[in-house]
Amino acid sequence: MNQQEQLETLNDIRNIMNRSSKFISLSGLSGIFAGITALLGAYFAHQALKDYLAGNIGYGYDAQSDIEIELLKIGVLVLVVALLGGIFFTYRQSRKKNLPLWDSTSRNLIVNLAIPLVTGGLFVIALLLNHSNAVGLIAPSTLIFYGLALINASKFTYSDIKFLGVCEIILGIIAMFNIGYGLYFWAAGFGVLHILYGSIMYFKYEKR
Amino acid sequence: MKNPIGSLNKIFDSRIRLGVMSVLIVNDSVSFNDLKQLLELTDGNLASHLNTLEQAAYIKMHKAFIGRKTNTTYTITPLGKQSFQSHLDALEKMIKGI
Repeated sequence: MNQQEQLETLNDIRNIMNRSSKFISLSGLSGIFAGITALLGAYFAHQALKDYLAGNIGYGYDAQSDIEIELLKIGVLVLVVALLGGIFFTYRQSRKKNLPLWDSTSRNLIVNLAIPLVTGGLFVIALLLNHSNAVGLIAPSTLIFYGLALINASKFTYSDIKFLGVCEIILGIIAMFNIGYGLYFWAAGFGVLHILYGSIMYFKYEKR
Repeated sequence: MKNPIGSLNKIFDSRIRLGVMSVLIVNDSVSFNDLKQLLELTDGNLASHLNTLEQAAYIKMHKAFIGRKTNTTYTITPLGKQSFQSHLDALEKMIKGI
């Protein structure tokens, strides 16, 4: 065996290790898409809040809807659109790489992502039920728990996602001490950071 | 000087067996079908190589049922882990030595 062959063998080994233990079909485009969706959502939420403060929601022409319902509608819509986009781009990527979309690696990724995320979601719900004046903590808590979820899941996909998680946590902690600017921090964390991360991933792993 | 090829493990001469070990060393337990898909092999081909590895006591087979279907999974043994790692070390040494 010559040197070239040995190197190829080592390369094969590394490739198989990666492919079998990490989900590498996560597309950077889904990050960009989720970021844009979040920014649009933040814009509409901002408009709704402005209308609310101007006294248009709850009274007048839009007497039927509450500000809470309005914001919830926007939030759920953003989540659904971002998830669908993420699944679509990841599906496309897995097709390109000829890897299954649902296997033990994607299952590991989802489970490890979900544990901190669901915990955070329940925490926020409990917060709202018990302390209705703690609304300002929603944005920081979601950012922090999302960051923890990303770090937890980073073992099962490209490790770059860990860095995104750290950034989300830092942003969340800053937001925690600057209550009242939640929407801006939220837009930065879920919008700008996602777009940045998605672009970096796209150029690093997909554009060759 | 010691012959570096001497420390290369004969069992890992085959690329397929090397592939199986690579998968098992980073995963707790892997099913036969997942191995087949990852390494792009046929049933018979994979089975014979798994047999060799099992006889060397490098891997362990576990048979279970999901409904009526058999689900065979494989795990790496401590001996297998150690042998694979020293094989990789030997490969590395050879490349550096040349």
